[in-house]
Amino acid sequence: MIEFQAVTKRYDDGTVVVDSLDLTIEDGGITVFVGPSGCGKTTSLRMINRMIDATSGTILLDGADIRAQSPAKLRRGIGYVIQHAGLFPHRSVLDNVATVPVLLGTRKSTARKQAAELLERVGLPAELGKRYPSQLSGGQQQRVGVARALAANPPVLLMDEPFSAVDPVVRDGLQEELLRLQSDLGKTIVFVTHDIDEAIKLGDKVAVLRVGGRLAQYATPAELLARPADDFVASFVGRDRGYRALGFLSAQGVPVGPVATVALGASAEQARASLDNGWAVVVDEAKRPLGWVSEGSLSTVDQVRPEDLVSGGSLFEVDSGTLRTALDSALSSPAALGIAIDAQGAVVGGVVADTVVKALADARRCGEVPT
Amino acid sequence: MTWILDHLDVLFTTSLDHLWLALIPVVAGLLISLPLGWMASRWRLAKSILVPTAGMLYTIPSLALFVLMPLILGTRILDPLNVIAALTIYTVALLVRSVADALAAVPPAVTAAATAMGYRPLGRFFAVELPLAVPVLLAGVRVATVSNISLVSVGALIGVGGLGKFFTEGYQRGNPAEIIAAIVAILVLALLMEIILVVAGRALTPWARTGGAR
Ligand SMILES: Nc1ncnc2c1ncn2[C@@H]1O[C@H](COP(=O)(O)OP(=O)(O)OP(=O)(O)O)[C@@H](O)[C@H]1O
Ligand SMILES: [Mg+2]
Repeated sequence: MIEFQAVTKRYDDGTVVVDSLDLTIEDGGITVFVGPSGCGKTTSLRMINRMIDATSGTILLDGADIRAQSPAKLRRGIGYVIQHAGLFPHRSVLDNVATVPVLLGTRKSTARKQAAELLERVGLPAELGKRYPSQLSGGQQQRVGVARALAANPPVLLMDEPFSAVDPVVRDGLQEELLRLQSDLGKTIVFVTHDIDEAIKLGDKVAVLRVGGRLAQYATPAELLARPADDFVASFVGRDRGYRALGFLSAQGVPVGPVATVALGASAEQARASLDNGWAVVVDEAKRPLGWVSEGSLSTVDQVRPEDLVSGGSLFEVDSGTLRTALDSALSSPAALGIAIDAQGAVVGGVVADTVVKALADARRCGEVPT
Repeated sequence: MTWILDHLDVLFTTSLDHLWLALIPVVAGLLISLPLGWMASRWRLAKSILVPTAGMLYTIPSLALFVLMPLILGTRILDPLNVIAALTIYTVALLVRSVADALAAVPPAVTAAATAMGYRPLGRFFAVELPLAVPVLLAGVRVATVSNISLVSVGALIGVGGLGKFFTEGYQRGNPAEIIAAIVAILVLALLMEIILVVAGRALTPWARTGGAR
């Protein structure tokens, strides 16, 4: 547990960068600091490992004042992933990862062996270990940065905009990977970003900071979206807030209706007969959806062929889906009917947008959605 | 030509003397410049004092510095220490700036990462900052080395000058072969040291040649 108690950082020129911050960070979760540029996210993070010393107030790590030990000792027990990776250009990838264990007295050969295992853990082939950082892509460098921070198996991990310098597709992958890693490791992670979407995707709890270093709201992502504390948070949380909030509500209550299906290769006549409201889903032998056929697409052919299919929208998995995926499947379907699938990917039915909206209303009534 | 062939052994031993007189100041100057340059890279006040002072030292004429040395150090006039001390001052004058620039060029994200990993300042300096400063630093060391090899000969005017003594001797005896031989020897020494330093630099910085994809 990390506790900020009335922590203030004031620079010599009088600027107050963090203003009397009170915050408790629970063990085993991802806590995200988010806010506009210059609001004091990095400063708050760096006060935890004493790269910046607070002007006043106390920070407790597992109940002990962080000033009780020397900064170097404290830091060796706290992983840190820096913005732009900050790998050591003159050391091989393996030696970069082995840095903290070696500092702690592990033999170099042992530390390297562990480092090679860690590389695989963060999704990098072990051959990359011999390379220098400049020979890696930006995304690979970030992974090495994460491996380096994890090398000494610290209980706490600080991450300062670790994924901000890579392109969106790579960033998505890195975020998924972090969540996967975290579900294995259960570290206490403090994650800084200025990207509210990233905060909502990764955070178990999100602390929204405003310029001047004051805490605007500290809540779960769902709560933040549903009930922003004030206009600043509301505008920061941004567009599509209501829609994104659906992503935190289970779709268990959404009724799944029937959907017309037709096998690939069936005759046009057969297909026409099975159309429902002018559309049918084409499925393979395992009943997995391939696309749609309609009156129009069948008029010129005598068999359902792959090249005649109208491509479908997003799919909605019945057991694990959220209201957001359910609604999106309905909205993105050419037939205005979202395809519901089971865990194996087989079609089990269809959902219409109205029923999702109604499920939301029910959830509201039952108090599942804070209003 | 015959003079040269007759004196090959003297030329060789004198070249070695010459080399030592030039290289000891490079090493001593580097050792002094490292802490000074580190201070200059760290504190703006230190930089605003050290860098201009170093620049001024370099403008003192070498002969003047050589003859001043016995007065300052209390050494005898023929003591090689005079030349070594004077050249050390020149080396420091050149390298303080190199060290400061080289250290300042280390990316802040890298030094911050080193701090965050738990390096103490001294450990960080030797494990991270210094190795990364090598390419820029080495350029400075090469200039200082060549400059010293050339300046040692001026020491002949106060009796300690390695190959420089062939200039004064050759001039007094009207023997140009002696002068030419000494010039060639100095050029060879300078070239040799350049090659050695470039090779050493490449061996020290295998990472700097990887370049490319970022
Ligand atoms: N040494 C300093 N003296 C005065 N002000 C400083 C100093 N260092 C940082 N600041 C100020 O502190 C404020 C907060 O900085 P910080 O790096 O914590 O912001 P941030 O929220 O991480 O921003 P970003 O999203 O841009 O990284 C900034 O306005 C910055 O200008
Ligand atoms: Mg920042």
